[in-house]
Amino acid sequence: MALQFSRRTVVHAIGLAVMVTLPVVADAAGNPFLTTVASRVLIYAIAAVSLDIILGFGAMVSFGHGAFFGIGAYVVGILTHHAFNGSVVPFLPGEWMGTTSAILQWPLAILVSGFFALIIGALSLRTQGVYFIMITLAFAQMLYYLMISLPTYGGEDGLNLWERSHLAPFDLYDEQQFYYLTLALLLAFVALTRRIVNSRFGMVLKGCKQNEPRMKALGFATYRYKLTAFVIAGMGAGLAGALAANHTEFVGPGMMHWTRSGEIMVMVILGGMGTVVGPILGAATLLMMEEVLSQYTEHWMVILGPFLVVVVLFLRGGIYGWLVGQTPEQDREQGDD
Amino acid sequence: MTDPVLEVFELTKSFGAVAASDGLTFSVKRGEIHALIGPNGAGKTTAIGQLSGEIQPDSGRVRFDGQDVTHMPTYRRAQLGLQRSYQITSLFPEFTAEDNVAMAIQAQQGHSFQFWARAKRDASLRQPARLALGRVGLEDKANIKVTELAHGEQRQLELAMVLATGPTMLLLDEPMAGMGQSESLAMMEILRPLKGEVGILLVEHDMDVVFALADVVSVLVKGTVLMTGTPEQVRANAEVRKAYLGDED
Repeated sequence: MALQFSRRTVVHAIGLAVMVTLPVVADAAGNPFLTTVASRVLIYAIAAVSLDIILGFGAMVSFGHGAFFGIGAYVVGILTHHAFNGSVVPFLPGEWMGTTSAILQWPLAILVSGFFALIIGALSLRTQGVYFIMITLAFAQMLYYLMISLPTYGGEDGLNLWERSHLAPFDLYDEQQFYYLTLALLLAFVALTRRIVNSRFGMVLKGCKQNEPRMKALGFATYRYKLTAFVIAGMGAGLAGALAANHTEFVGPGMMHWTRSGEIMVMVILGGMGTVVGPILGAATLLMMEEVLSQYTEHWMVILGPFLVVVVLFLRGGIYGWLVGQTPEQDREQGDD
Repeated sequence: MTDPVLEVFELTKSFGAVAASDGLTFSVKRGEIHALIGPNGAGKTTAIGQLSGEIQPDSGRVRFDGQDVTHMPTYRRAQLGLQRSYQITSLFPEFTAEDNVAMAIQAQQGHSFQFWARAKRDASLRQPARLALGRVGLEDKANIKVTELAHGEQRQLELAMVLATGPTMLLLDEPMAGMGQSESLAMMEILRPLKGEVGILLVEHDMDVVFALADVVSVLVKGTVLMTGTPEQVRANAEVRKAYLGDED
């Protein structure tokens, strides 16, 4: 037991050290572009951790998580668009001209994503199994086509973000500052997720995953707990979306496409479902493989596909489980996740 | 043993042409062990399902603790103190024994929209959980995962979970199912002291168990109560012998 615990601590420590020192090392190695790539990894890691709350801990296979990612991005894109054009934000009372302030933009992105998650979750969670997968997918595709059909916000071409968010005293155009801010948000989100999955609420979520009829018989109104988890996950994806909009300085319907939802899901499965740290590893592995392999061949998915199959078949706890030498189930025995 | 805590009145439930409950009427008094016996397909499990709220009856009424619960969802009934156990063990396989009981206790302590404090270090969950495990003789197994428990231990755990919630009434669907002789005896010794504390509706095939434990026995045939009486009366009844017990002696 003591050995396993230390192995876990070592993995966490190495991971943290790599993340903290990466921009410095990248600069020293004369390759600052690496920091930009790593920022992208961190952003997707937030999205993947948020999906894992419902997928790994609650066994809710949502195939529409990209929708909330996209909504978060569009909130930032739309607010910046109006602030830049000096036009009034429609579908809101009053005459607000948008904003470029992160203090307003990002919480709004989180709230709007959470609101959509509440509506989509409320309807989707009335179904189960394959139907749940299909209905979440359908909602995400609906939003995808909605954004395509809105010429005001670029339609199919998307929306250029003319200005990154303003967050005094930081300069988000500085790639290092952007990286460290993203890292701080990821670590905060991971810490929050860790508290949530080990709280009473988290225990209910894990109970629903294992045996929902029994949870009902015990006296839990499982629907409300699952919906709350769905909303929390949606909000996390919204934050990731807001960061992604700033990172690429572009917002497009592609962010909501089902392939994006699939990518986030692959990150979770690759890294280790039902672990808080696993999805970060999953995001890093998938995106780095994409980055490296696409330099050699445009058919990089041909290599990625079999790799995924191998991981799913032979590493039951994902990459994280393999590194720390246990499956998530064994992990639970020791206490906290 | 005073007023009835559970009253079942004219329950009817059909699955297609099969009437699983056909005007089912009986009542269980506070603190009494009331056994429900009958041949396979008599509608015993369907009856339990309707009392716990997992199956909606076609007609009829269920009153629990002076309240009409006929259309109340399962979780509300459970909160009121009407708890059930399952014929097929229904636990949380990835949790430890103690986690399972703690889950049941958590259900009784109001809502669980608490996102911060660690549930595994919450004494208000863990202490009563240990206590309940002790009552069923599983105190040594608190940190063992459910999948690593023996079948009999899983059944005991199931009982610990319902007991931990401080129920008014238990619906026990074949608590001895699949148990060996010694496990079965151990379970009887766990159930016996509950008499007078909680009302129990016991569905059981093993007649030795029924006659040893029950205060009252109802014989169910084709979804309706053939007779209700003390174990002695039921044993002596010729009709029951013919329908169910087998007229060998």
